[in-house]
Amino acid sequence: MSGRTLERRDLLRASAAVGGGLLVAFWFPASAEANSLALPKDFVPNAFVRIAPDGAVTVIINKAEMGQGVCTSLSMLVAEELDADWRRVGFEFAPVDPVYAHPGFGIQMTGGSTSIGGMFEPLRKAGAAARAMLVQAAAKRWNVDASECRTEKSTVTHTASGHSATYGELADAAAELEAPKDAPLKDPKDFRLIGRSTKRLDTVAKIAGTATFGLDVSVPGMLTAVVAHPPVFGGKAKRVDSAAALRVAGVVKVVEVPSGVAVVARGFWAAKLGRDALEIEWDDGANAGLSSEKLRADYAALSRTKGLTARHDGDPDGAFAAAKQVLEADYELPYLAHCPMEPLNCVVDLRTDSCEIWAGTQFQTVDHAAACAVAGLKPEQVKLHTTFLGGGFGRRANPASDYIVEAVAIAKQTGAPIKLVWTRTDDLRGGYYRPMWHSRIRAALAANGALAGWAHTIVGQSFIVGTPFEPFIIHDGIDGTSVEGSADTPYAIPAVHVDLHTTQVGVPTLWWRSVGHSHTAFVVETFLDEVAHALGEDALALRRRLLAKEPRHLAVLERAAGAAQWGTPLPAGRARGLAVHGSFNSFVATVLEVSLEHGRPRVHKAWTAIDCGRIVNPDGIVAQLEGAVGFGLTAALYSEITLRDGCVEQSNFHDYPMLRINEMPDVEVILVGSHEPSSGVGEPGVPPVAPALCNALFALTKKRIRRLPIRREDLTA
Amino acid sequence: MALDLEVNGKRVSVDADAATPLLWVLRDDLKLTGTKFGCGAAQCGACTVHVDGEAVRSCVLPIAAAVGRKVTTIEGLSSAVGKALSQAWIEEDVPQCGWCQTGQIMSAAVLVAEKATPSDADIDACMSGNVCRCATYVRIRRAIHSAAAIAKGGGR
Repeated sequence: MSGRTLERRDLLRASAAVGGGLLVAFWFPASAEANSLALPKDFVPNAFVRIAPDGAVTVIINKAEMGQGVCTSLSMLVAEELDADWRRVGFEFAPVDPVYAHPGFGIQMTGGSTSIGGMFEPLRKAGAAARAMLVQAAAKRWNVDASECRTEKSTVTHTASGHSATYGELADAAAELEAPKDAPLKDPKDFRLIGRSTKRLDTVAKIAGTATFGLDVSVPGMLTAVVAHPPVFGGKAKRVDSAAALRVAGVVKVVEVPSGVAVVARGFWAAKLGRDALEIEWDDGANAGLSSEKLRADYAALSRTKGLTARHDGDPDGAFAAAKQVLEADYELPYLAHCPMEPLNCVVDLRTDSCEIWAGTQFQTVDHAAACAVAGLKPEQVKLHTTFLGGGFGRRANPASDYIVEAVAIAKQTGAPIKLVWTRTDDLRGGYYRPMWHSRIRAALAANGALAGWAHTIVGQSFIVGTPFEPFIIHDGIDGTSVEGSADTPYAIPAVHVDLHTTQVGVPTLWWRSVGHSHTAFVVETFLDEVAHALGEDALALRRRLLAKEPRHLAVLERAAGAAQWGTPLPAGRARGLAVHGSFNSFVATVLEVSLEHGRPRVHKAWTAIDCGRIVNPDGIVAQLEGAVGFGLTAALYSEITLRDGCVEQSNFHDYPMLRINEMPDVEVILVGSHEPSSGVGEPGVPPVAPALCNALFALTKKRIRRLPIRREDLTA
Repeated sequence: MALDLEVNGKRVSVDADAATPLLWVLRDDLKLTGTKFGCGAAQCGACTVHVDGEAVRSCVLPIAAAVGRKVTTIEGLSSAVGKALSQAWIEEDVPQCGWCQTGQIMSAAVLVAEKATPSDADIDACMSGNVCRCATYVRIRRAIHSAAAIAKGGGR
């Protein structure tokens, strides 16, 4: 992060009204800022773009870059309207400021696959305003009409007079002008950058090892902290003997914090050895008896009782009473860890009256407020720098700000800057999982072959209860993230009932890439396959029939099925499976071709079609969809966090495996263009993967898989 | 204790316990943070470096075992193969979050140096120790094939 941004931010801090711990959204017009700074070299028309006298264009990214490509795609939005020379466009991550808040949620955050959709207009407007000021500065200099000037590749040209000037040359003069209220935006048909595959701006740094992730941050005098967490969620240290830990060379201090016992040392290895040497007697608390097996039984029992109604259409009871055949099934899905490749970490430099924090975070406003509270400092005294994130998948958007709070709490007792490092085991056992789910689902098939009724009971925890998101997401007791993908099923079924039991279990849970859709799509799409099979109807034909009024679902379905040559014969031992699902305002259909090798599923090829509205960076979308196939397969084949005697059983990649390159199928991504507003890309590719896989496996084995991850016994007769 | 190492062609002396994994000496002492921490148990490959030209998981290699041997990290990967891999990785726009990518490239560098035209099976065998949670595997595979072609064309 450059010092310049921080200076501007400090200026804002000093000048903006501060009240109730919240900064008032405020941004200096360029001229005012220019007058306030001694040497205004750059043109800073708004909070999102800066143009240096040498022509370098810097886009300020108010989102976390966790792999989804926002530093590139958001920069494209600004550069498009600015008519910037893309070769001179760079980016930096925004400081924490209300001006960078999510337009929907009002806080600075990255999630819900909303970055492009939410920022599509604001960033284009920022680029258009900057362009208008540069044009105006040029027109003034040449004494010509601004409307006669045109822009291309960071240059303003006035053809009639033969004048031309680069943005860098105009930066100083443009900085003196008032920002226009509403500079016109381009007609999409005139886009030069949006819609064209554009190379990522962060590739070079990431492959050279120079990109700075949180774990790479170093500040002078910094020590490393590793924490012994209670083995049971909610446990507390009853007695700590740190004598042996303090004898480990390099260990400086052992401090108790609310989340555990921290060993602070010179470097990670000493801190880790110090932690190994700690002797702690834990009070396990109320969750000591938690076990996955017990939870499974409890959830199954609860699924036989009536929950809160999330959707009720038509007369489901009547449909089931009149049915010629009733299908019913139970589905079980486990707790899942996000398991980002970069383990959680946070650097804190806490002084008497200031605090600087470096973290890969998806939740700047929340983390900043939490850090202020723990540090006992005012918002303007705490600076949070967002680094690159070595994966997020939702884990770094925690309403509890767990790793930030822990780091600041340790720093408070240390007297030196600290880097908190979680190991892989800390990460896998640290909670905030995708909830465990149980679904009981029934379908009423009428005598005429119609799917007449559908009833789905969902059992699982809410991670929204008790957070500031509650008023946005929980209505009439129904957590929308628990039932999304089921309660809003687009299938034309005359009678539908969806109900929810929200359980309270002492396991911290959180959104996980694709959130509720990660479980509902699996249940709905595999059960619909059972319906098709019972009706003797092709899986694609049934979906076509039930989605006749859903053109966007249909379009991706047709494209994926077409690309996969659905319905054509395959070699012996191979089968295809299909699923379609809408999430985050996008629509994805996926076909997988599978076989069994040594009794395990082998996925040979994936075809996945997405309609995500207007396409910004096509190759970026392709990359997300390729990755989503691998992410979805990992969950379906391998992932499960289980509890025994209150403790998480998994500890590293040997028992929480990831898909490897030798298991990765070839992926063909089909982009279905549309003029709808840009919608989600990072998450929507995940939900159809597991059901497509299990539907394909059924075609091979005639065995239904209703529990993930897939077990070997589910595949043998 | 003081240990003398050769890292990226430079002789360095570090004060560390002989059992300290090479990874933490690189990251914490030498500030070579291009080598990443992912598992601490040689299960993910994020920490892959070269020791005397072999791909090694630095998170489990005691520093004492690296004394007297040539350690190369991503920061020092300057061979023709390394350049070809960089070019291919850029052309394929491989990284997503990027955390595992330097380790992927260090593993791939040994593969391409040893096999001028690696097959898919060679790639599976050599690269399956490197986890990518973003699952950029399709592009990693393409980039390795492409880098091998570049390296050959460039007259290694």
